[in-house]
Amino acid sequence: MTTTQLPSPGRRLAEPAPAAPPSKPRHRPRHLREQISGWGMIAPAAVLLLAFVFLPAILGFGLAFTNARLVSPRPVEFVGMDNFARLFADPTFWRSLLNVSYFAVVVVPVQSGIALALALLINKKFRGVNFFRTIYFLPVVTSMVVVSLLWLFMYRKDGLINEMLSAASFGLINGPDWLNDPATAMPAIIALSIWQAAGFHMIIWLAGLQSISGELYEAAQLDGASRWHQFRYVTWPGLKHTRTLVLVTITIQALGLFDQVSVMTQGGPLDSTTTIIYEAVRSGFKQQETSYASAISLVFFVLVLLISAVQRYLTREKD
Amino acid sequence: MKQTLNSKGLSSAATMAVRLLFAAVAAFPIVFMMVSSLKPDQQIFGDMSSVAAFLPIGNISLDNYAAVFDRVPAARFLINSIGISAVTVVLGIFVNSLCAFALSRMEVRGKRVVFTAILATLIVPFQTLALPLVWWVNQLPYFELNGFSLEISKGWLDTYQVQIIPFIANAFSIYLFHQYFESIPKELDEAARIDGAGWFTIYRKVVMPLAGPATATVAILTFLPAWNSYLWPLMVVQSEELRPVMIGIQYFFQLNVSWGEVMAYASLITIPVVVLFIAFQRSFINSIASSGVKG
Repeated sequence: MTTTQLPSPGRRLAEPAPAAPPSKPRHRPRHLREQISGWGMIAPAAVLLLAFVFLPAILGFGLAFTNARLVSPRPVEFVGMDNFARLFADPTFWRSLLNVSYFAVVVVPVQSGIALALALLINKKFRGVNFFRTIYFLPVVTSMVVVSLLWLFMYRKDGLINEMLSAASFGLINGPDWLNDPATAMPAIIALSIWQAAGFHMIIWLAGLQSISGELYEAAQLDGASRWHQFRYVTWPGLKHTRTLVLVTITIQALGLFDQVSVMTQGGPLDSTTTIIYEAVRSGFKQQETSYASAISLVFFVLVLLISAVQRYLTREKD
Repeated sequence: MKQTLNSKGLSSAATMAVRLLFAAVAAFPIVFMMVSSLKPDQQIFGDMSSVAAFLPIGNISLDNYAAVFDRVPAARFLINSIGISAVTVVLGIFVNSLCAFALSRMEVRGKRVVFTAILATLIVPFQTLALPLVWWVNQLPYFELNGFSLEISKGWLDTYQVQIIPFIANAFSIYLFHQYFESIPKELDEAARIDGAGWFTIYRKVVMPLAGPATATVAILTFLPAWNSYLWPLMVVQSEELRPVMIGIQYFFQLNVSWGEVMAYASLITIPVVVLFIAFQRSFINSIASSGVKG
């Protein structure tokens, strides 16, 4: 595996065609040429994926059992399960797991619910449907870093959120200092995350809704089904696949929480918002402990696999 | 009959009210950001307790924008991000469509295995790869032509290519192109071959011109993460002159500047994407909808 070489167009023809049958090139010269140009066309993408996805994935797995540092004069040594032993003994790691679970448990149902509500609101054609779709989608095209800075400003003790709460309650509610209070920091991050991403999943729900045949609704209407019954017995079953998809993608996104925390709270106050990825970056990048960070990444990956497997299994069983 | 009409009108009015409520929630922070970018801090805080917070009234100017360019090389950050995103999109479209073309339309031995392996990479979230990848790119050799001598140095950290090359090949882009190419009749290839066209000519002159929608989808799905990229450049870029906009704004924020200026910078890097979105709305929506099949 000579994955260190970069694919350059000039190399493509020199790339070997490993699957070309060496036995019968003479009978089918055109076929051999097709093999060579075919592999030449696959090669750039294949080499890049090998170098920047497969190899780091395998490396990450391997490095987790070593003492590798980002920059170090010492050779890399195998250390067995040391990194994992240290990780599982680290209360900050368990705290980050707890925080991410808290985040996911709230975000997954609320965000997918709101996204579905938005999709239902703009599913039918009406005047101004484009306007609403554009507005609902606007937060999605705003980068999470910008959104985080913006809400950091709005969440101040004397910020817009507290001023609006105060105005809406005629001065009764005196909001907290959202991001500096361990009790409210995570809920605050949850709210802005849902605000930013609901429009994305609205589009996915919408695609699901539009794949349900209109005849089913006509039949239901003929039978005198109420709107709730139409939703319950036509829409909901029709969204079976979309549902699994939305749940899995939101859960994986939720577990990977990083940008908001990095910009807004740096894991604080008192570790109340630290996350798995934030801890991985803190140890792997700031403290340059690549091996320890790889161990965290590996745990994260196993978690993602496990949860998507469980979710797929559960959503399949129900129907 | 009259009764039902009335209740229907009532319920549609209620629905519209709910729609408007959601629209207000979705829009108010963005409106607040853009309006605040035009005001001095004192006025932002003064307006906060009334609707004036959302209206461009009072002491309105572009001073905050001017200050952004004065304090940091914001133009440089913008050019960096535009360059990085553009190169990633262009090379991504080329490399991934080429691969998908061979996988979809040519008789290549072992292509099933390759396609399956490519699709398998979809289950690995980038966050899992990011940290081993930092270590890995730091081991890679880097060739530089200095005059007539080829210089080889180790480590890609703090370069442009480290922000581009790892993101060119993308399994999901290959998948999207592959799906689309499957829908283009193969008889077109046959006809072109009879006319003596080579495979690359068929790719360039026959198939790609028909693959506009797939190209647009891939372009958008490559552009958005490239423009918004934060975790990766945070770790691999140190020099000021190589920073993309998202790292630039965080750095800018840490300089203890006024909130109006932060909002100006935030608006500055958001407006181009919003304009692109409004201009290519249908393509954006289709891209997101198609990214739904990824799960």
